[in-house]
Amino acid sequence: MAEVPFAEATLQIFRGNREDGKTVDYRVPLVPGMVVLDALHWVQSHQAPDLAVRWNCKAGKCGSCSAEVNGRPRLTCKTRMDSLPLDQPITIFPMKAFPVIKDLVTDVSWNFSVNRKIPPFQPRAGVVWKMDQRDVDRVQEFRKCIECFLCQNVCHVLRDHGKQEQFGGPRFFVRTASLEMHPLDGVSRAHVLKEELGIGLCNITKCCTEVCPEDIHITDNAIIPLKERVVDEFYDPLLRLVRKIRSAKKI
Amino acid sequence: MTSRYEVHEHDVLIIGAGGAGLRAAIEALSQGVRVGIVCKSLLGKAHTVMAEGGIAAAMANVDTSDDWRAHFRDTMRGGKFLNNWRMAQLHAQEAPERVRELEQWGALFDRTEDGNILQRAFGGHTFKRLCHVGDRTGLEMIRTLQDRGVHLGIDVYMECTITRLLKDGNRVAGAFGYWREQGRFVVFRAKSVVICTGGIGKAWKITSNSWEYTGDGMALAYEAGADLMDMEFVQFHPTGMVWPPGVQGILVTEAVRGEGGILRNKNGERFMERYDPKKLELSTRDVVARSIYTEVRENRGTEHGGAYLDISHKPADYVKRKLPSMYHQFLELADVDITREPMEVGPTCHYMMGGIRVDAETAQTSIPGLFAAGEAAVGLHGANRLGGNSLSDLLVFGRRAGLAAAEHARGTETPTIDYSHIDESVQQMLAPFERLDGEGPYAIHSDLQTTMQGLVGIFRCEEDLRRALSEIETLKERAARVHVEGSRLFNPGWHLVWDLHSMLTIAEAVTRSALARRESRGAHSRIDYPALDDAWGKKHNVVVRNAGTMTLVEAPVLEMPDDLKQLLAEDSGAK
Ligand SMILES: Cc1cc2nc3c(=O)[nH]c(=O)nc-3n(C[C@H](O)[C@H](O)[C@H](O)COP(=O)(O)OP(=O)(O)OC[C@H]3O[C@@H](n4cnc5c(N)ncnc54)[C@H](O)[C@@H]3O)c2cc1C
Ligand code: SF4
Ligand code: SF4
Ligand code: FES
Repeated sequence: MAEVPFAEATLQIFRGNREDGKTVDYRVPLVPGMVVLDALHWVQSHQAPDLAVRWNCKAGKCGSCSAEVNGRPRLTCKTRMDSLPLDQPITIFPMKAFPVIKDLVTDVSWNFSVNRKIPPFQPRAGVVWKMDQRDVDRVQEFRKCIECFLCQNVCHVLRDHGKQEQFGGPRFFVRTASLEMHPLDGVSRAHVLKEELGIGLCNITKCCTEVCPEDIHITDNAIIPLKERVVDEFYDPLLRLVRKIRSAKKI
Repeated sequence: MTSRYEVHEHDVLIIGAGGAGLRAAIEALSQGVRVGIVCKSLLGKAHTVMAEGGIAAAMANVDTSDDWRAHFRDTMRGGKFLNNWRMAQLHAQEAPERVRELEQWGALFDRTEDGNILQRAFGGHTFKRLCHVGDRTGLEMIRTLQDRGVHLGIDVYMECTITRLLKDGNRVAGAFGYWREQGRFVVFRAKSVVICTGGIGKAWKITSNSWEYTGDGMALAYEAGADLMDMEFVQFHPTGMVWPPGVQGILVTEAVRGEGGILRNKNGERFMERYDPKKLELSTRDVVARSIYTEVRENRGTEHGGAYLDISHKPADYVKRKLPSMYHQFLELADVDITREPMEVGPTCHYMMGGIRVDAETAQTSIPGLFAAGEAAVGLHGANRLGGNSLSDLLVFGRRAGLAAAEHARGTETPTIDYSHIDESVQQMLAPFERLDGEGPYAIHSDLQTTMQGLVGIFRCEEDLRRALSEIETLKERAARVHVEGSRLFNPGWHLVWDLHSMLTIAEAVTRSALARRESRGAHSRIDYPALDDAWGKKHNVVVRNAGTMTLVEAPVLEMPDDLKQLLAEDSGAK
């Protein structure tokens, strides 16, 4: 473990609510291996007892602790203090694409309402419950998603253009992919993708993929194949038929 | 009825949205009743999401000789026969069906060559029994349940903390709590209430548990007059991270050992050969945790006070595929590449075997209409839980609780709520803002953790436990004068005040029970009573509230029918 060259760090934390806010500086003593979330907890227990932060696992498994650290959307429990330049204040802001409730806590309820629009898994009729590991591998990538919503936070369609009404965002393309590519699923979600999740609005900038802490290849492995499905389904009925027959043979 | 409070009505109210709560909700909903589910965090963030290694179920996909009898036997032996035999039987019999059901709801498990659900070895299980998804089984499970529940139409109340159960005479009438976000109070009226709130690990300093694990459900039930049982049995998982300090306690899944990981001390000795030569690293958790602790105490520990756990003899690809989150966790948080070097590990407070006493078939407590399931309930695991038996517990008894709660609701009138109780609770909740002096809650919490870690840990003795009780008493006095700064808007300091109240109550129950049990059994080790005692093997400690004070009574261990006794006497058929 690298020696920590500084004894203390300065955190510049956003303190405020929906109406207004400002940043406040806090000095935090450093210990080896400390992550940003530890530093936030230190501030909470020593200087600002009402500092609002979400977290659960502190191990990168639950996706609760997302924030923007030095301008980069990150899981604070996986961001080591010694990976940041400690000679200057570390800025910590809430995710920008969601309304602030207080301090680092944002209102992410919109995401839960998007999820309700996606038709759940439905097995094909008469299915036999056997699957090949190779088919499962492909889908398991999408199922690693911990719902940190960092990808939603950086996607310009949501962050800059505020198209929450028309667009589901990368997290829900990943979710849809995990159902669509389930080896035994029997529903088509092409219509939902096109009409309700607005997949056409995505112009493949790959910003979402870059921030995903689970290294899900959101754009290449989820969005692009889903876009192809939408095209097939809506604009190429013959190809759709061929696919149907092929997938029926698979079992 | 009009009220000054926000009121929601349900037939069945479920407190807790982990595996147990969600499974209960799905079952109740399928009975056609109105179901609400409340949780302290966002949906999908409960502890269940963190489970790694797998779900135990005798599906016999890998080891064809496995069956429910073998699973039953392993569970009872692991629990040192303090388990409720009927729960252990139901669990072993029903777990495979519950896992298949998950698959039919869309869960994707790792596969065998011939396309079935793959199963791995785990401590204390005679056969390869744990159905898994790499090392993120809990995530797969909670997502599957959550989506199923949401699409079936459960009403979800996220980031809402319940602080009191409401009663109408002797029976349950609902619950009272507050929204974490705005700090507003809320009342739930329900004919049945199911507690699925999980454990109490946050009362210890080194723990794999999150902030949610403050024993709320157990404290709520206890205060409402239900029994708690086996509270002395707290599981210390043998392998938590020990270095660097910031990550201390974070879990290193038992799957590392299940996949062939080897434990060594600083001299390179495979010390499990001395403690359990037959099962070695795959001995039960109580044994492995004590062994590591003993190595460290006798100066054979690693630089940072742990043991080495090594999986680097396996091909790097294999390790990354079977243990991906462990690989990343060590690389990112500790600068250790587990495909090349050993991990440093030590015990971490992990799981509560004790909890709310329930009926095996219906999960009902002693209070009509009040049910409990999952880690918050007691019975299945006895004195020590086997890895993987919790996730299956959640499914089997979550379902049973949901079913029984729905049936109970259908047969009862809507209860009446006594609003004077609610006014009283509101005053209690607001008091910390009104006090002008007094300390904040964080220091009290930290002192409680130090007390429990130091005095009510893996090895216990009369003197330590007595000291712990007197310290808990002092902490309770400090907590009664606690002061909170700021407003009610998302205020973690204020939230901690009530969590602390629950932790202190449950910490006391643990300590009193540990003091009473003068023997060593499973996870409860007394230095002053190091042996098993047959008399204690026949009884449980039950904690009840009697005229406002915590009281301990003994209850007999349920007598097992002869055919099951016979089963236990048989050899396990292990290879
Ligand atoms: C890191 C880790 C790894 C594990 N791995 C495994 C494994 O591989 N296999 C296995 O079998 N077991 C494992 N376990 C144990 C297992 O995960 C837990 O015992 C289990 O998930 C508990 O589930 P539950 O449904 O009882 O509670 P939880 O999933 O913890 O859910 C509790 C719920 O109650 C809510 N709640 C609590 N208090 C209140 C309140 N006052 N008001 C409202 N809501 C409240 C919480 O918000 C939460 O939603 C692991 C545990 C940990 C910590
Ligand atoms: S690739 Fe698409 S979804 Fe991802 S950030 Fe860019 S526009 Fe958004
Ligand atoms: S896809 Fe990745 S970035 Fe997006 S919510 Fe899931 S884990 Fe987070
Ligand atoms: S706290 Fe769970 S991902 Fe950071």
